[in-house]
Amino acid sequence: MLRAILALLLTLTFLSSASAQSEGMAQPDRSATGGAQTLEDIMARQRGEKIDDSFRRGDTGADAAAALVGQLGTRGGASDPELWRALRFGSADIRTQYGGPAAGVLIQDGGMRWLEFRNGPLKTYGAYLLGITLVLLALFYFIRGKIRIDGEKTGRTIERFKSFERFGHWLLAGSFIILGITGLIVLFGRKVLIPLFGHEAFSPIAIGSKWVHNNVSWAFIIALVMIFAMWVVHNLPHKSDLKWLAQGGGIFSKGKHPPAKKFNAGQKLIFWSVIVLGGSIAASGLSLMFPFDLPMFAVTFEKLNALGLPQLLGLGELRTTLAPHEEMQYAQAWHAIVSFVLIAIVFAHIYIGSVGMEGAYDAMGSGQVEEQWAREHHSLWVEEVKAKEGGVQKDATPAE
Amino acid sequence: MKVMLSAFVAIAVIAIGSNMILMQAGFSSQDRTTGSAVRID
Repeated sequence: MLRAILALLLTLTFLSSASAQSEGMAQPDRSATGGAQTLEDIMARQRGEKIDDSFRRGDTGADAAAALVGQLGTRGGASDPELWRALRFGSADIRTQYGGPAAGVLIQDGGMRWLEFRNGPLKTYGAYLLGITLVLLALFYFIRGKIRIDGEKTGRTIERFKSFERFGHWLLAGSFIILGITGLIVLFGRKVLIPLFGHEAFSPIAIGSKWVHNNVSWAFIIALVMIFAMWVVHNLPHKSDLKWLAQGGGIFSKGKHPPAKKFNAGQKLIFWSVIVLGGSIAASGLSLMFPFDLPMFAVTFEKLNALGLPQLLGLGELRTTLAPHEEMQYAQAWHAIVSFVLIAIVFAHIYIGSVGMEGAYDAMGSGQVEEQWAREHHSLWVEEVKAKEGGVQKDATPAE
Repeated sequence: MKVMLSAFVAIAVIAIGSNMILMQAGFSSQDRTTGSAVRID
């Protein structure tokens, strides 16, 4: 009786898999290969075309095996090709010694796409972005020259940043520069530094860069929080920002100084770039530093799909089932792309805060700026400071 | 200048400190990806 039921179940299983196969074959005719991939499938894959692999993905012998591999069943329900397909598409039941979630993935073909992206477009366009930014800044310097203080210097100074504000700034700046340099060493090591120095010299540089990059990241994160807490109030939009932006901040023409509060619209853009992009870099960095423990992308893709953004851009629904390695690969790509953008922005920030503008460095150097500089670049802020000082002085006048 | 240098010193202190803390808390790759059945040292 039991044998009869088992036979019936088996027959039904084969029938259902056969009908599933015939449904899958509705697109191309694969009868010549008995349902396996055809020469045309292979050629299409080699041409890099996106192919519907559903006819292979599910063909792992799982149904046949289920009937045979019971508690006392025989082995051999799945053939070798079926087993390899299960490994290839990540549906095989892998059991390993403890080794983290990645240990259970034996074949991860998405890794090839990531490697090609990292070694190709990421490095090429990243290098172009940084190179072009530097060239544009150099051109700007040669055409516009250093932005001088137009009016006569007063010899008086105003306190622009207190020491804890400057500490936060330099904690962020110092750590960002170290992270930028070590990050670029890690990314461009194989392509640029190994051909220059050789493998043996590069090895300690790479190991050192990794150590420094991982551990200096905490200073960056702490500084990011400090900067946000200290300056967010001063970086909220204000109506004077529109005028400042309309006049290009006055940096393209001499003698033009649109009014600005403590931070002008340009500085606000830098601030929010640092907060948003820096925050994103920190998040993806943490995901990379604790591999497989803090996956971000499947969750993000789900939210994006729900919002309909990828569909709007014609990307279709983003995949939300990612192999552990894929999470890391997306995190690395995102970490690097956003870092390139932020490095380019910070190049411009460093330029205008140092060689690009007379008197600007003092704000972060000593914290005391020339009053005339302040009147030209932050007129509304100077008025606020003077009004406060006036109030304090009035209060301090002893009654006689 | 003093503030800038003290911030740079703070970066070094935070880096060394965080490394010590993470290593002691068992966050090294070795601790995270091997079990008692795997002998590395």
